[in-house]
Amino acid sequence: MSERLDRIRGGVHTAHRHDSAEGHVTGRALYLDDMPTVTGTLEAALVLSPHAHARIARMDLERARAVPGVVAVIAARDIPGKNDIAPIRTDEPLLAVDIVEYEGQPVAAIAALTLDQARAAAKLVEIEYDVLEPVLTIEEAMAREMYVSPPQTMTRGDVNAALATATHRLSGAFHCGGQDHFYLEGQIALAVPGDSGDFQIFSSTQHPTEVQHGVAHLLGIPFNAVTVEVRRMGGAFGGKESQATIIAGIAAVLAWKARRPVKLRLPRDDDMRATGKRHPFLIRYDVGFDADGTIRGLDLTLAANGGNVADHTPAVITRALCHADNCYWLPALRFRGLPCKTHTVSNTAFRGYGGPQGMIAIETIIDAIARHLGEPLEDVRAKNFYRVGRNDVTPYDMTVEDNIIDRLVDELERAADMASWRRETDAFNRANDVVKKGLATMPVKFGISFNRPALNQAGALVHVYTDGSVTLNHGGTEMGQGLFIKVAQVVAEAFQIDIDHVRMTATTTGKVPNTSPTAASSGSDLNGMAALNAAEQIKSRMADVAAEHFDVPKAEITFAANHVFAGNRSIRFPELAALCWEKRVSLSATGFYRTPKIHWDLATNKGRPFYYFAYGIAASEVAIDTLTGEMRVLRAELLQDCGRSLNPAIDLGQIEGAFVQGMGWLTSEELWWDGKGRLRTHGPSTYKIPGSRDVPPVFNVRILEDSPNREETVFRSKAVGEPPLMLAISVWLAIRDAIASVSGGERAVNLDAPATPERILVAVADQRSRA
Amino acid sequence: MASLQFLLNGELRIESAVSPSMTVLDYLRGIARFTGTKEGCAEGDCGACTVAIADAHDEAAHYRAVNSCLMSVAQLDGCSLLTVEGLSRDGALHPVQRALIDADATQCGFCTPGFVMTMFAFAHGGEPADDTTIHEALAGNLCRCTGYRPIVEACRQVAGLPNDAAGERHPAAQPHPCEDYRAGDQHWFLPRSLPALTTLRVQHPHAIILGGGTDLGLLLSKERKTLPGVILTSRVSEMKKISAGDGALSLGGAVTYSEALPHLDRHFPAFAALVRRIGSRQIRNLGTFAGNLATASPIGDTTPCLIALGASVALHSDTKSRTLPVEDFITGYRKTALQPDEIIAAIRIPFLPEGDQFAAYKLSKRFDQDISTVVAAFRLRTKDGIVHALRLVYGGMAATTARAHAVEAALTGQPWAASSLAGIGALMTRDFKPMTDQRGSGAYRLDAAANLLRRFQIETTQPAALTRVDAL
Repeated sequence: MSERLDRIRGGVHTAHRHDSAEGHVTGRALYLDDMPTVTGTLEAALVLSPHAHARIARMDLERARAVPGVVAVIAARDIPGKNDIAPIRTDEPLLAVDIVEYEGQPVAAIAALTLDQARAAAKLVEIEYDVLEPVLTIEEAMAREMYVSPPQTMTRGDVNAALATATHRLSGAFHCGGQDHFYLEGQIALAVPGDSGDFQIFSSTQHPTEVQHGVAHLLGIPFNAVTVEVRRMGGAFGGKESQATIIAGIAAVLAWKARRPVKLRLPRDDDMRATGKRHPFLIRYDVGFDADGTIRGLDLTLAANGGNVADHTPAVITRALCHADNCYWLPALRFRGLPCKTHTVSNTAFRGYGGPQGMIAIETIIDAIARHLGEPLEDVRAKNFYRVGRNDVTPYDMTVEDNIIDRLVDELERAADMASWRRETDAFNRANDVVKKGLATMPVKFGISFNRPALNQAGALVHVYTDGSVTLNHGGTEMGQGLFIKVAQVVAEAFQIDIDHVRMTATTTGKVPNTSPTAASSGSDLNGMAALNAAEQIKSRMADVAAEHFDVPKAEITFAANHVFAGNRSIRFPELAALCWEKRVSLSATGFYRTPKIHWDLATNKGRPFYYFAYGIAASEVAIDTLTGEMRVLRAELLQDCGRSLNPAIDLGQIEGAFVQGMGWLTSEELWWDGKGRLRTHGPSTYKIPGSRDVPPVFNVRILEDSPNREETVFRSKAVGEPPLMLAISVWLAIRDAIASVSGGERAVNLDAPATPERILVAVADQRSRA
Repeated sequence: MASLQFLLNGELRIESAVSPSMTVLDYLRGIARFTGTKEGCAEGDCGACTVAIADAHDEAAHYRAVNSCLMSVAQLDGCSLLTVEGLSRDGALHPVQRALIDADATQCGFCTPGFVMTMFAFAHGGEPADDTTIHEALAGNLCRCTGYRPIVEACRQVAGLPNDAAGERHPAAQPHPCEDYRAGDQHWFLPRSLPALTTLRVQHPHAIILGGGTDLGLLLSKERKTLPGVILTSRVSEMKKISAGDGALSLGGAVTYSEALPHLDRHFPAFAALVRRIGSRQIRNLGTFAGNLATASPIGDTTPCLIALGASVALHSDTKSRTLPVEDFITGYRKTALQPDEIIAAIRIPFLPEGDQFAAYKLSKRFDQDISTVVAAFRLRTKDGIVHALRLVYGGMAATTARAHAVEAALTGQPWAASSLAGIGALMTRDFKPMTDQRGSGAYRLDAAANLLRRFQIETTQPAALTRVDAL
């Protein structure tokens, strides 16, 4: 019996390490560029627009074609199907037609025998441009009402009346910048023509199905003629969702033209210039509130720089609107979302997907209210938190049913002793003139599910072989986040076999079709459930065989510890698998899952878009140098709700990584365009993501205990990919706190994000000038 | 026929046809098919391409981490090169690999091989496991997934491994050094003495002098240039010398930042602290002071310090030699006084006289591995609280490294007090009209330049005052 009580290795809720960890540290884990290619595979390079806005007057590809080794040269007119790769709307060209609309836009592409030949030929493509005036800023686009998709609104109550009758009223505006994904593995794809008009595409993509559709449209062939495969990505963060289709699409058109396999791997500068980023936002607000800080009405405009085409912008705007409440009950509101069109690279999905911008808006507003009233930020927040049973309906009419904000606030208070931390910070500031400290907390409530209900579905394919080993495939992609190991844990748990017997295989549209992107933090929620569904089907059939074998009712069959039991009798899992084969019982199943309860009305921006919310809270302490604007994060305390974590080790990594990435967004990562709309920060020499020293020297991260998801998610876990990124807004608020301290703490802080040394120094001077 | 010879993961490689303009990264991935080493940026900033090298003939030498993307294969000649594939022994993982796995320090894994090699060099380098040293060691490696906490933890675990990796260099298969390598139209030289170097310089006036190649390497990695003639200085024995004496520290023209650092720590600790913020270890293990001077970049980090300290360069040709103050050596934007037949044989930095105060500051968006927005070096001598001599040298403020002459003149003879600095903001605008670019606006540069002087005043008069966030 002791054997029966043994836990299997690598079941759910265990801190099992990443399945590729050994491959990572030995260099044996293969990324797309490491895969051996067949003889004759061509290398490709892009020709990018040097102008932000221009008409293509003339294009001569002949000199490039004449370069030795060049096999194919393509421009828009060479695309045999439809030159459109729009993920949501339409008319978003793969290669520019007549007009270029951002510096770095792909105009032509070359395939040659070697990479150097392709890159050299790309420089010889002659294009004459008639340069047009670019629109580069959100303000300019707003003034001209240039949008990439229709503006959106979300309203409740009579905001004008609420503002007019409120005791206090404040208005203001600020910018928050974009962010490059800076996945370490740049965009890459390999397109291999088949022998019957079909194409095999290897793509570093979070969305194999979208690449499949994109390539099929571009080549004018049916979806079943395109198979897209990805084993792993070297990071993605949203940047390899729609953007991967650009790379795979060009590789596919070149391969079609050359009738040979073509690999396209972007150099870092091209990658950063040609592909989209996190949306910069201009945030304008007008807020009315009581003397105690209770918000009565909020008129909020969230204007996003969508770049040249819609891409993901409409959905990013929706998610921004859905997160501008964060944890707060707003009785009357008008949220406007403006998807501005500019002549800069189209902005796209990025971890958080508008959520961070919506949240930084409300948090900055509450910070302004608190300073206006001279009350602690935390007290003003508490006045406005969603309650349980009242004041619990979001601006989009979803009731917050799983509110644990108070619990998080209490646990952080206890764990970090916020009161004495605050006292120490104040004492430091009294004793120091040059260096000033700031301290702030940040609660997060993040909605889990794609806003668009249709995307909340997933498929999986599970095979059990007659030696008891299991092969697992699902629609989710592995980008380092640990999805494969989490879903494998689910399957191991279902079959009650050690995880060593479960092999994860490359994601491919040929095995699981019509998949959703691995995005919106939904990977393990959706694919875990689909895989569980497949495993349960096989398990049920195996249980039938076992029941017959032991001659007991099926209900008495249990799976545990690599065995299948009928009372005291048992059979090893592999033996039962072999027995199933003998009995001609199928050991393969496809699994499917659709998230329940959700619905969304695009026209009114109302509904229940989210199955549940993931919560978290953080406190951060920073120090700024009031002479230079230099800043350092000194300490961060994080508490994240992961439901009943599927894998605490993986989740911890997600929390820490998201926080540091969010910190980078708000501090050192500045995208800088010159007056002609040319991105000047297009490599790590000029674009500065956090390094190891930038991580707070005191960095305590905890996963909330005893907090199962109240909804029936996979083993009651919660999504974790995006929510903790927004905990980094505590750093932003702490910087504001430090700046405010130079004049006593009660003056409004004028600061845009990212808070670079320059911006901090300017804000300090602004504070002093009003002292 | 001459060939490039080196050890790759313990095995002798003899290359007689490979292009010397090929980077080590492309060689590893394309020719040797060791694809564990990754390209993340091809500009020496992300560290995904990090490998470890040591002199193949020196059993006691430590392996050093370098960026394979910026290195020419010619620079491998005589080296023992280790990649991530060369660390495990008899199927057992190297302790660094084990530690990273145990700390859950990999997510997407693309940066991991680079971290492994950086940590390998750190672990066997006999260094302490304090956070300052670890961050200095890791500054050249970027990770976008983990948030670094587990990587730093793994680093703490592996510090202080014995320097036994030298066992990789099998005496039986030692590479023979190459002095003259031809491949197609390319002719590269690896002279071993100063006379050989100066002679080559005259014979091949169009050849490029390559020190560490951390700047020129970009021509190979990003511009994909084929360089027909190159003379490497890294083997010139006279130029590898470091000597302290005769009132100065002398650094040979092929001395790398890393080689100089222990000496700078002793004699010019403020300069040493600044040098530790130049690039990353990978860069400092190849880059040279002479190279930094010869490129005459307006944001070269060493130049302001060298000018403030009154350093001079020894310029040698095959027939003559001369000495020039560094201040006179830089003649314009990326222009120097170097004659076509000359090379920088050495840099001489006079010791600071008793009573002189010296400080060096660097401002950038990120503390580590960033290009300066403003870099400043200040030298002060006061008598009875009055400014007697003052040198204020800035980078990032003009087309060249430049002194703030108007500010210097205005402050000389004034009390060294905060009140004297009240008007320096306006004076700075007489000395500098800095540009606006991605690193900062002209206005910020002016404000920061003045405020760095205020910081200097505070630090020299109130040693207890806290003036830097990195001190916390």
